[in-house]
Amino acid sequence: MMREFAFQGAQMLLVLLLAPLLTGFVRKVKARLLRRQGPPLLQPYRDLARLLRKDVVLSDDASWLFRVIPYFVFAATWVAVSLVPTFRSGLMFSWTADLIAIIAVLGSARFFQALAGLDAGTSFGGIGSSREVMIASLAEPAMLMIVFAIALIAGATQLSTMSAFMNSDEVGLRVSLGFCLIALIMVAIAENGRIPVDNPATHLELTMVHEAMVLEYSGRHLALIELAAMLKLLLYVSLIACLFAPWGISPSGAGATQLAAGVASYIAKLAVLGAALAAFETVIAKMRVFRVPEFIGAALMLALLATLLRFVSGSL
Amino acid sequence: MVVYALCGVAALVALAPVGMALRASPRGTGVVYGASLIVTLMLLVMSLDILLTGAGASATTLPFGLPWIGAHFRIDTLAAFFLVVINLGGAAASLFALGYGRHEDAPQRVLPFYPVYLAGMNMVVLAADAFTFLVAWEFMSLTSWALVIAHHRTAENLRAGYVYLLMAGFGTLTLLLAFGLLAGAEGHYTFDAIRAAPPSAGVAALVLILAIAGAGSKAGLVPLHVWLPLAHPAAPSHVSALMSAVMTKVAVYGFIRIVFDLLGTPAWWWSLVVLGIGGATCVMGVLYALMQRDLKRVLAYSTIENIGIVFAALGLALAFKAEQLPLPAALAMTAALFHVFNHSLFKSLLFFGAGAVLSATGTRDMDRLGGLIHRMPQTAFAFLAGCVAISALPPLNGFVSEWLAFQAILLSPQLPFWSLKLMVPAVGALLALSAALAAACFVRAFGITFLGRPRSDAATLAHETDTHSLAAMYVLTALCLIAGVLPGFFIDALAPVVQALTGGRMPVQTGVAWLSIVPVAESRSSYNGLLVFAFIALSGAIAALAIHRLASDRVRRAPTWDCGYPDASTGTQYSASSFAQPIRRVFGTLVFGARETGSMPPPGSTAPARLTVVVRDLIWDWLYAPVAAGIAFASDRVNTMQFLTIRSYLSLVFGALVLLLLVLAIWP
Amino acid sequence: MQGIAFDIAHMLAGSLVLVSFMQLYQRRLLALLNVFALHAVVLSASVAWQAYIQDAPHLYITAVIALAFKAIVIPVALRRIVVKLGIHREIENVFGTGLVMLFGIGLVALSMVVMLRVTAEADPLAREDLAFALSVVLLGLLMMVTRRNAIGQVIGFMAMENGLVLAATGAKGMPLVVEISIAFSVLIAFIVIGIFLFRIRERFDTVDMQAMDRFRGERR
Repeated sequence: MMREFAFQGAQMLLVLLLAPLLTGFVRKVKARLLRRQGPPLLQPYRDLARLLRKDVVLSDDASWLFRVIPYFVFAATWVAVSLVPTFRSGLMFSWTADLIAIIAVLGSARFFQALAGLDAGTSFGGIGSSREVMIASLAEPAMLMIVFAIALIAGATQLSTMSAFMNSDEVGLRVSLGFCLIALIMVAIAENGRIPVDNPATHLELTMVHEAMVLEYSGRHLALIELAAMLKLLLYVSLIACLFAPWGISPSGAGATQLAAGVASYIAKLAVLGAALAAFETVIAKMRVFRVPEFIGAALMLALLATLLRFVSGSL
Repeated sequence: MVVYALCGVAALVALAPVGMALRASPRGTGVVYGASLIVTLMLLVMSLDILLTGAGASATTLPFGLPWIGAHFRIDTLAAFFLVVINLGGAAASLFALGYGRHEDAPQRVLPFYPVYLAGMNMVVLAADAFTFLVAWEFMSLTSWALVIAHHRTAENLRAGYVYLLMAGFGTLTLLLAFGLLAGAEGHYTFDAIRAAPPSAGVAALVLILAIAGAGSKAGLVPLHVWLPLAHPAAPSHVSALMSAVMTKVAVYGFIRIVFDLLGTPAWWWSLVVLGIGGATCVMGVLYALMQRDLKRVLAYSTIENIGIVFAALGLALAFKAEQLPLPAALAMTAALFHVFNHSLFKSLLFFGAGAVLSATGTRDMDRLGGLIHRMPQTAFAFLAGCVAISALPPLNGFVSEWLAFQAILLSPQLPFWSLKLMVPAVGALLALSAALAAACFVRAFGITFLGRPRSDAATLAHETDTHSLAAMYVLTALCLIAGVLPGFFIDALAPVVQALTGGRMPVQTGVAWLSIVPVAESRSSYNGLLVFAFIALSGAIAALAIHRLASDRVRRAPTWDCGYPDASTGTQYSASSFAQPIRRVFGTLVFGARETGSMPPPGSTAPARLTVVVRDLIWDWLYAPVAAGIAFASDRVNTMQFLTIRSYLSLVFGALVLLLLVLAIWP
Repeated sequence: MQGIAFDIAHMLAGSLVLVSFMQLYQRRLLALLNVFALHAVVLSASVAWQAYIQDAPHLYITAVIALAFKAIVIPVALRRIVVKLGIHREIENVFGTGLVMLFGIGLVALSMVVMLRVTAEADPLAREDLAFALSVVLLGLLMMVTRRNAIGQVIGFMAMENGLVLAATGAKGMPLVVEISIAFSVLIAFIVIGIFLFRIRERFDTVDMQAMDRFRGERR
């Protein structure tokens, strides 16, 4: 019992520590691909520490909701990431929320973040919030359909069971899983505000979605929101890893060597997927805003097709 | 038991003359609403008792009504559950009205009808024969119509009442036909007799269609929904809450009673119709809601969306029941009934909030509101809870019923029919889409109304509502939270109802470790609302504590940064229609023919530039307008019969006589 | 081995459907040509895999023909035509992309249902491949119907033909002579279309089909 508790706590700490590192790694790889030096790998930690120490400057029109929201967004995202199997599956509290609930918790965080954009009564916040809910109105159903498709194959929506199934021999090389992988990558890009949906690097308001919503935040509030965004990226990368590259995740009750191998393979997967993300972002250009619904709509269609194939035929 | 319920109903009816007598007195609202509160609470306790202890059905027959039928009344588990929903909504509305009703400027048009409305709704659920059911149904419609046109000086309200009366009449007509078909040639009108003699397949199909038309029009299924967004906002706010949150559920009760109880074993293709209509309704409802500026209209359209979700879940339950799969059918039915309960809670809460805003500012137009969170903080908090609940976000209750519906969809590959195999994933996608759009809709509703800066003087001068209204809202908020974190108890309470309707039940939930809910098996899926809530609260608290101690907790106030371009005018913030613009552009161009045209004046002219947004209701244009035009055309033609000469009238009489004689001559 | 062989065949057929959707999604003409080349590459890979598991060496030739003609010769030639004619590089769809993709999903669902019902007693590998092939054919037709630009319609026609080749190879035993004759007829049709496009472009300065309707006086 205490062991399980310790593992769950270790998972929570691990994801909290690795999230800024993943962001720093992606930025470094992007810079190197563009033949720049790029910021140091540990720069995001320093940025967060600097922001935490600063004063919060609150708008005169901001309400109590504005001050509470960063803590809620951070807490919700952190809880969601802690339930995704990273180096070990079958964590102690993994049965409190299945994959649908994890997505809904992220949706909760997004709901409040969109409210924060509207709180100060600025037009920039309005732009960010309205675009965010437009993207969410397509990305969330796409994500749910992906969950349906994989759940119908794996026979469960519980992430540990799904991950174990994908690691076993029965899974086969199914077409619908291929569609799900592509759709999941597209949804992950949209949800995390990466190119081609949103540009995380600059703070130009008229083209941005996430940055416009959090324009009025400063100090420790901004630090929490940035950390939540990094955790969300880690969540999606870990989700892709645990569902489509589940090799190396140690099952519950494993020994120390298996756990160490699990951690090592997890960090390796983060590195590979992070580098792939950086390469993808360097190669492709950002889409204009009203092409984004077509992009995510395509993901929704793919996921719907994958679910349909699974309903229609058992082996697809 | 039934006799006590009938006494409660009689007490409510007796309050009508009291309300009439006290209409001018300042104590009138207190007496009428207070007495309604007490009676509905008693009915609530009684029906909870029946539901939770599983007492057997009790029935009685009174000598009212048609002489050879009498009036049959019965409470079984289904009726008990819906009595709980009705009386909980009624009690909350009465509590709210104790405060809100004081602002009423036409109490003589509201006070007499309100308790009778509650009585009518209770009587529909208690009825055990077709005649009583239809009389109670009409009673309910007529009293709510009287309440809708309470503020009759506004032309808009009169039109709303007119459309409502037409659709209510249509609904009752179809239900009359349905019951007539069920009663058969021998005319057994009692539900027991109908149950004993289930109809043939063709008749059953016809009854299903009529039941969907009749109950569906009252519930708000597309395309019979047009009266709902007109009538619900027109009524006073506590009545709007009752109409949206409770009366639609009475319609759902009517549908369940006819289709799941009286029709016997369903055919598999019935579920196709119900699923299709449910799926279309939920997406159309929320898309309409996103186009509205009137806060109460947004809530009314959102009711349509939630009714769509209920009917989609009921369709799934029908499919499983037709295939004799009791466990998935129980899961789908539990999802539907739990959503009925949840929706009555949070929709009432939202309408109470809208009523509070209306009485504080005098307007329902979101583009005139804003910044109310500073002026009405407690109403804002309760309204926020309602918005989070209706957007199906954990850890509140809306998420649990959606989660159960999704779990039921995941069990449906077992259904063997091809059309179902195509329809169910499509409906699943529509449910997911409507959930995401509902979140967008309520970010907009709460954000534009309560957040930001006030857009008009009315919003700047708003004040907090009175304690009764706030008490009603907070009771509902607490119930939403409890239903969200402890759903196992509610699922177990629903088990006897589900067992009676589908023949199966979900596994017992109260015994599960840590109070999770496990619909099928723990390795397959499970959810623990309490722990999710606790974790989020704990993590947030730890983060706050750690950061305030170790880093910094200083706060400074300053003018809004706005990227260095602050604008003092409140008109430059996002309005309701601008917030919906991206979604309107993505979905609305197809579904509503939404078009934006801008006209710029020539350079040098001081005329303003204009942006015109045209959103058309295609269902009205393609279904109702042609029907209305057709009826007008036909009546114009027939109207000439008013102005015939005496000779023509005599010829008509002569012709009819000759025709009848001919028939007599030819008839074998 | 049997399981993996089936799965790879299905994976390749499914990728062909995916690439057909990518064609529907594309707006730019040059990108569409690249996607069409990819379509042909996936087709030849699928045919080659069928040759491997069915142990039918003549299908390798079919794969090579598909690769040579459809992945290299025709895209390169079309690209030269596009550049030479200076055709406006953006294709306009008649309907919005979202609606077209939704319709595409419906067509795929329809073809899955039809094929799996009609061929209920056939070999399981062939059934699902035939279902995917029918989807590709229908998606190619959808492309022809929803594009304004003549080049887009030609690509739709070619994609449809790819679907037919997939169906023929999946059904076990497509003789080489049929493939050669089909390839030649496609080539001839393509040359004729190319010539006509040049003439149309010379005369009317555009290859937009709706403009063509206007010139004919049949504008709705």
